[in-house]
Amino acid sequence: MSIGLVLALVGAVCATVFAGIGSAWGVGIAGQAAAGVVTEDPEQFAKVLLLQLLPGTQGIYGLLVTFITLSRIGILGGSPQTNMDFHTGLMFFFACMPIAVVGLISAYHQAKTSIASIGIVAKRPDQFGKAMLFPAMVETYAILSLLTSILAVTNIPLS
Amino acid sequence: MGDLNYVYAVGRIRVKEKSLLSDSDIGQMIGLKDEAAVISYLQDKGWGSQDSGKDPDRILSAEEAKAWGLMVELGIAPSVFEVLSYPHLYHNLKAGIKEICTGGGGSRAFYKDEKYGRDEMLRILKEKDYDALPEHMRAAAKKAYGIMLETKDGQLCDVAVDRACLDAMEHVSRTTKHEIIRDYEESTVAVTDIKIAVRGAATGKSQNFLKEALAPCRSFDVGALALSAAGGPEVLRDFLSTHEFPEAAEALRTSPSAFERWCDNRVIETIRPQKTNPFSLGPVVAYYLARENEIKTVRIILTAKANGFTEEAIRERTREMYV
Repeated sequence: MSIGLVLALVGAVCATVFAGIGSAWGVGIAGQAAAGVVTEDPEQFAKVLLLQLLPGTQGIYGLLVTFITLSRIGILGGSPQTNMDFHTGLMFFFACMPIAVVGLISAYHQAKTSIASIGIVAKRPDQFGKAMLFPAMVETYAILSLLTSILAVTNIPLS
Repeated sequence: MGDLNYVYAVGRIRVKEKSLLSDSDIGQMIGLKDEAAVISYLQDKGWGSQDSGKDPDRILSAEEAKAWGLMVELGIAPSVFEVLSYPHLYHNLKAGIKEICTGGGGSRAFYKDEKYGRDEMLRILKEKDYDALPEHMRAAAKKAYGIMLETKDGQLCDVAVDRACLDAMEHVSRTTKHEIIRDYEESTVAVTDIKIAVRGAATGKSQNFLKEALAPCRSFDVGALALSAAGGPEVLRDFLSTHEFPEAAEALRTSPSAFERWCDNRVIETIRPQKTNPFSLGPVVAYYLARENEIKTVRIILTAKANGFTEEAIRERTREMYV
């Protein structure tokens, strides 16, 4: 197995691992806030559940990039690029980094914004629409990094 | 990350805040005909418990128990509330010393406290078992008890205990890791110093007496406060006007009850930013303090209604609400 393939694989793993860590932490902490609200006002369950789930998308984006990368380097198709050179492997590695790094950081900040928005819903359930927009803004940057990673991974030339 | 340890508690508190009494609720209660009407209003708002009936004391006790019960349920460290209970603890110390030395007082002079209620406080003082007290109280207890036994001067005893209480609170405000506790204790020490200065000015206390009574505080120079209080009420009002407390000076010009109202409102102002803080212990402690303030205000209204006060007189005595 070539060092290039190993690098590409490490990149693919990082995309899922780091974005997944961010999302797991974010959904967990936002879930605590949501549980607090539902303890006192069970009617708000659906609204706070949506807010809790928002930081979970980064993990899905990371998984998507991992699938595309694994597919391109042949791991998923059963014919791995065992002769991949170092530079190509490095390109795959860096192509996975946007969603890995931005996914982790954006999930952290989106979770904090979601918690603040859960506070809005707790006090003013009728303002759910506005409350939803604040954490959704953070999603923009996770989507941008997802696009960057997908564009990079799908356009790396393979020999 | 520490700020995120309380997100569940803050979530619950956000919902609970909706049921706090607002200024408009207080206005409506003041406008009601009598005590019975106020009790009905409170019961419509869910105040009291099944067995509290129409008894004002039992309704208020039930509300105190609910507020404390919620804190226990949320798993907030008791040490946080120990700090908030310093004034009650030191009050019980004063009440205990006076009961032993003068025979007066009785159980109504004490605050209820699981650990340092009347019986335990009297035992500690009689047996001179000061080690059973929290560390910050030991020296003050010994000193105040000694003063009372030697001089029988209740005022000197009060000064020693109150000063120790303020010093303990000031120490907490410097060392706590919780911003809300720091701000609350700092604000309480400043307001209490001003109260002491106002009383000292009104009764013609000397500068030395006031220096002994006032605790160091970061909001102003207590030496200057003592000097102005020794100069009389007018000099003290000028001092307050020029040291970030013009509302206190204005309240003093209005009436003593307006000044007391300002003191409590100032503390509520300190905790009000917690209404929009989604993290940390702040909103939880602020809610508890808001409940205490609410119960205190309702007690004032009920007592005033029972004694036939005018609406204007009650309004002057009621506090601003947190929400």
